[in-house]
Amino acid sequence: MSVVNGGRPSEAKVVFYNDPRIRSLFFQLVLLALIVALFWFAYDNTVANLKKRNIAQGFGFWNVEAGFDISQTLISYSAASSYGRAFWVGLLNTLLVSGVSIVLATILGVLIGILRLSKNWLIANLATVYVEIFRNVPLLLILYFWYRGVLGLLPEPRNSIIFPGHILLNTRGLLTPRPVLGDDFIYPFIAFVVLVLGSIGLAWWAGRVQERTGIRPKTGWLSFGLIVIVPSLIFIVMGAPLSFDIPVQGRFNASGGMSLAPEFVSMVIGLTTYTAAFIAENVRAGILAVSKGQTEASQSLGLSHAQTIRLVIMPQALRVIVPLLNSEYLSLTKNSSLGVSIGYPDLVSVFTGTVLNQTGQAVEMVSVTMLVYLTLSLLTSAFMNWFNRRVALVER
Amino acid sequence: MKKIIAAAVVAAASFGLVTAASAGTLDNVKAKGQVVCGANPGTAGFGVPDQKGNWTGLDVDYCRAIAAAIFNDPTKVKFVPLSSKDRFTALASGEVDVLIRNSTWTMSRETTLGVIWAGINFYDGQGFMVNKKLNVKSAKELAGATICVQQGTTTELNLADFFRSNKLEYKVVTLGTSEEALKAFDTGRCDAYTTDRSGLAADRLSMSKPDDNVILPEIISKEPLGPLVRQGDDQWLNLVKWVHFALLTAEEDGITSKNVDEKVKSDDPELKRVLGTEGKFGESLGLSNAWVVQIVKGVGNYEEIFERNVGPNTPIQLARASNALWSKGGLQYAPPIR
Repeated sequence: MSVVNGGRPSEAKVVFYNDPRIRSLFFQLVLLALIVALFWFAYDNTVANLKKRNIAQGFGFWNVEAGFDISQTLISYSAASSYGRAFWVGLLNTLLVSGVSIVLATILGVLIGILRLSKNWLIANLATVYVEIFRNVPLLLILYFWYRGVLGLLPEPRNSIIFPGHILLNTRGLLTPRPVLGDDFIYPFIAFVVLVLGSIGLAWWAGRVQERTGIRPKTGWLSFGLIVIVPSLIFIVMGAPLSFDIPVQGRFNASGGMSLAPEFVSMVIGLTTYTAAFIAENVRAGILAVSKGQTEASQSLGLSHAQTIRLVIMPQALRVIVPLLNSEYLSLTKNSSLGVSIGYPDLVSVFTGTVLNQTGQAVEMVSVTMLVYLTLSLLTSAFMNWFNRRVALVER
Repeated sequence: MKKIIAAAVVAAASFGLVTAASAGTLDNVKAKGQVVCGANPGTAGFGVPDQKGNWTGLDVDYCRAIAAAIFNDPTKVKFVPLSSKDRFTALASGEVDVLIRNSTWTMSRETTLGVIWAGINFYDGQGFMVNKKLNVKSAKELAGATICVQQGTTTELNLADFFRSNKLEYKVVTLGTSEEALKAFDTGRCDAYTTDRSGLAADRLSMSKPDDNVILPEIISKEPLGPLVRQGDDQWLNLVKWVHFALLTAEEDGITSKNVDEKVKSDDPELKRVLGTEGKFGESLGLSNAWVVQIVKGVGNYEEIFERNVGPNTPIQLARASNALWSKGGLQYAPPIR
């Protein structure tokens, strides 16, 4: 009995297998080993069985020529490129459509969420109708609606709707002139970047002066002049090194210029309108979570309505909204995998669709694709958590 | 989603130490009481269900022929509708016993997918369909055109090859299923639609205005279509293969669903072997010796199947051409049953 002061057993006398720390460490290690063994067994067994059934395996296909074309490529790609290249093309298309849709859905969602709280009966109810319609219809139907129902009704290429400035709209998409940058275009561009940075510095300086003296120097016009007029002058002096490649009507469709494919547009509109309905509800929830007393208090302090929203309501609403937004962004990115149904070449369409079918290696394709979506989701979450910490109220 | 499930099934199937593949497919089929066939859900003439769920088509009748050979009942079949991109995974994972879904026999598929073709029930080639308004007479005039294609097919590759070898520019719109690709072409998203020519003939009929569209004369590829099974079960492979040969032999010997009962009584040695009154050819496949009688009574011979589903008197109006018997200038040839 080694009872030392206050009844605590001395640590030296405890046998190691009775030490709770060592015990818990031991059991954790056993569990870890079991999990690793399970995964190893699964992997080894899959490989052995695929081999037995003469199904190809491994990633040897990665550098093999793909042999098929893709409609939208952000990096150079042709049928002679490799399957690996096709993977990157698909991934970038997924990132593009998700990124653009996330920005637009956030803007539209915040707007509708605020409108739903409007005191104007008509506006509030229209916003409610929007939310209820788009939130309750399956996304695939919304995509079909935009792709076939709306964009499918556009005229065929030979009867394009023509907008001023050589802009054509038809079933093949929106065709616009493509700016062709001359070699000297770099100079006005550099001037523009430098002066934008300068203006930011100017605004920072104005803020410092305001803090010190209470009076903010007027810098708006100066910044405008620096950013717009100076680069324009340089541009003209350099002989206007910019021309446009105008779409020209060909036998089948206009060639030249830039085009925005209806598949991409349908995806963006579909994902945006669908996700915006959910975001609107998140925003409404966030705003309603701020008690009315906050508004009354800020008004009694003499803040304007706009200042009340910007300085009092929103900072408190955001801590409710941001974590919810995170899930909406994750859903949107994953929902972009419906692209194949309307011909948008996203990662699932290109890689888990065409490449899987040409190589037949389902296990590899599906694992890689799952890993990609997992990574994208974790990155989005990490960013949103960082953003959440920034906007969260500091509790003292 | 379906594909992911199918892939999970493959993974799951690969997972098991003792798998169904070790028992013979024929024994499994007999135990289940039906043949499960992977079928095309949307190509008239080859495989398509009507509103009541009755499947018709050349490939569908091949499945019924296998059921007739095993069970003496062509209705003991179950059709699993599969899209192009899901079909091989479904076969490899054991979801279907045999895949008869106008699938092109290629070297890479047979060497990497773990599947093996049992024969060629339709010699086909890839073509293009365009709207008459465009006034296109040849596929070589398609420079700059936008072309709709279904995903997960040899078609996608042949299309790229054709434009690459002719050094023509084009734009592709790739859609998940043939219905979606055809719909996109029908609504004017594309100038041309490409698939196997048999498929073009069938798909043209399901468009909003079939007569506004023409099939261009070029055949840009070889598309030998036929039934396929998993590798590693030679008994089952033999069965599917010889059902195909039996259909051809029946046509060659003039055995039809109408006269088969009389032919059984014949003294002709060839007919006696084929119809099982002499020899044990059926038993060697694990079937009854009257297997050919059962097949022909159930679905007819190759000619009857062809004429009923895709021949000149059907809306699809395909000529026998390469699919005529070898003795009539075609490519269909069966080794002798002896």
